Amino acid sequence: MKIVLEHLTKRFPNRNKKIKDEVIAVSDFNFTIPDGKLVGLLGPSGCGKSTALNLICGLEKPTEGKIYFEDLDVTDLEPEKRGVGLVFQNYALYPHLTVRENIRFPLENLRGENKLTREVMEEKVLEAARLVQIDELLDRKPNEMSGGQQQRVAIARALVKMPKVLLLDEPLSNLDARLRLQTREEIKRIQTETGITTVFVTHDQEEAMSISDIIVVMKDGVLQQMGKPQEIYDEPINLFVAKFLGTPQINVFEGYIRDEKAYIGDAVVMDAKGAGDGDVYVAVRPEGFIVDENGPLACNFINREVMGRDTSVIASNEHFLGENIRAIIPSEEEVVPVEGCVRFSLKPHKVRLFDKIIEERIRTES
Amino acid sequence: MKKNLTAWLCLLPALAFLLVFMVYPLVDVFVYSFEEGYNFASQSYFGVGLYNYDYVLHDPYFIQALKNTFIIVIITVPLSTGIALFISLELSNIKALRDFFQTVYFLPYVTNTLAVGLVFMILFKKTPYSDGLVNILIQLFGGKGVDFIDGPYWAKMFVMCFYTIWIVMPFKILILTSALASVNPMYYKAAKVDDTPPFRVFYKITLPMISPMVFYLVITGFIGAFKAYSDEVALFGTDLNAAGMNTIVGYVYDMLYGNSGGYPSYASAAALILFAIVFTITTINLMVSRKTVFYS
Ligand SMILES: Nc1ncnc2c1ncn2[C@@H]1O[C@H](COP(=O)(O)OP(=O)(O)OP(=O)(O)O)[C@@H](O)[C@H]1O
Ligand SMILES: [Mg+2]
Repeated sequence: MKIVLEHLTKRFPNRNKKIKDEVIAVSDFNFTIPDGKLVGLLGPSGCGKSTALNLICGLEKPTEGKIYFEDLDVTDLEPEKRGVGLVFQNYALYPHLTVRENIRFPLENLRGENKLTREVMEEKVLEAARLVQIDELLDRKPNEMSGGQQQRVAIARALVKMPKVLLLDEPLSNLDARLRLQTREEIKRIQTETGITTVFVTHDQEEAMSISDIIVVMKDGVLQQMGKPQEIYDEPINLFVAKFLGTPQINVFEGYIRDEKAYIGDAVVMDAKGAGDGDVYVAVRPEGFIVDENGPLACNFINREVMGRDTSVIASNEHFLGENIRAIIPSEEEVVPVEGCVRFSLKPHKVRLFDKIIEERIRTES
Repeated sequence: MKKNLTAWLCLLPALAFLLVFMVYPLVDVFVYSFEEGYNFASQSYFGVGLYNYDYVLHDPYFIQALKNTFIIVIITVPLSTGIALFISLELSNIKALRDFFQTVYFLPYVTNTLAVGLVFMILFKKTPYSDGLVNILIQLFGGKGVDFIDGPYWAKMFVMCFYTIWIVMPFKILILTSALASVNPMYYKAAKVDDTPPFRVFYKITLPMISPMVFYLVITGFIGAFKAYSDEVALFGTDLNAAGMNTIVGYVYDMLYGNSGGYPSYASAAALILFAIVFTITTINLMVSRKTVFYS
């Protein structure tokens, strides 16, 4: 099912009652979530991700704006009438009920003409349990299971009524690194198998990048950019998005543009055709460095970390913002610092320029 | 080993107190209850046997006290817990004035039993000058007044239960409101998204989540009600046997110090019978709870 958000805004009265200012948790959201896609809602802590999700499922009512499921205006519809499945950050499994009873819970709430017989319920429970591969664990209590298993029970409970929309709030944040990898694949698989439109909230960019069809990046309640993961990574619209996506983080230098050339200090690092003169940030992806003894960018060599497939070169430069430059190069390549100095040239498609004041992308012709 | 010794040394004062003031009297009561014709003054007795129990169990006053106690327990424990649960649920639903209501409901708890008794007297007692507020109300609606303090048994029992419930309720409300507040709201959100009807939310989520507290209140409620005495005195005065409103503890007291007192052996036997009853009921409670109470 397609979800359309129109000028969606949510303001909260400030928790600190002495302060009059309202908190704008979600500010003027306008976008469409296409049918059958897995959408990652990405942003740092406190940026309003959960609020956005709660607005879609109906646990919160928007201050302004509208929400449509396909053509149906659901803005004023109670959550139970929207037919969504919700998975909470802490799963919210009923601890006193077995897995079976937990998954059956939503089915038992069906009344009137939708009422199901015991047998049908049992069948649906089994079906959902099989989908998330926990059909062996049906008679356990939630506290007798690992985090990843509980997570799957929570998904099964959200799926058992076959909702048209599945919403997941930081579903993986309680899992250890290995389980997180495994479970996110699992979520992707379940989503592909069922084809349910899924919105999933995370503050982990890697997680969002790896499984989302579409990523929505937000900051302080404001939508920054929406698009395919690779698109956002390659063509970030502003410095925040550029810095938020990708590990290791993008390397940001202070620089300027003169005569359609981008400078870091005295070094001309790339062409900037069509860009006006002015101060800029030059942001370079770690994989955008080429070790080159004739390269324009001279840096002080600090260290080299070999990580099997590739090597991290740690270096510093007076125009660099932050701790250390981190460049990733294939491990076959030699790094020979000359008098403690290593020189780089840059891959132009891995370098992005941002206006120094508004921090927005400066487009160049190539 | 050395650590152990220090621990025991530290515990010693507490253990000594327990021995002197708890264990020794308990053993003593046990011994008394089997000594026939024990005399306080001469500290002598005729023999050892079950005579004291036989006497107590055939004493009409004890039978009356036993009956009264059981009626009070059976009526007040479920009713007070149920009403307290209802009020707590309502309290946790309202947002405005919640603190105010919580204070109001807690007031009886910090009020002296006798003061509450006095208020009940004014409400229920018939005097030469006034029929009491409740009777005036009954008569206003065309009913026939009844003397709740000196009148028929059922009327007295009604006031007694009413009073007991009134006294124990604040504590239960306090415990239950905090138990309700400690239930994680995400469960209610999950239930809401799943379109769970309110009754089912209560029965399937709220009640299991607060069941340890409810169970605690039921157990302490049973024990407290079986030990009822001061509330009866507050309403009906010290001569409870004459009023027909005595309780087991009251009977024990009367046997020791009352007008007909001076029989520690009978008192001990009655006390041990009470102990046996409370012990049995508590054991049954614990057994039932193992099946129904959920501990997270
Ligand atoms: N009920 C509320 N009352 C007042 N302010 C709120 C309320 N809920 C959220 N906020 C505020 O709205 C902002 C967004 O909160 P939200 O929970 O949506 O963030 P989030 O992106 O989900 O963060 P996290 O990653 O930490 O879960 C925060 O500043 C928060 O303090
Ligand atoms: Mg959140």
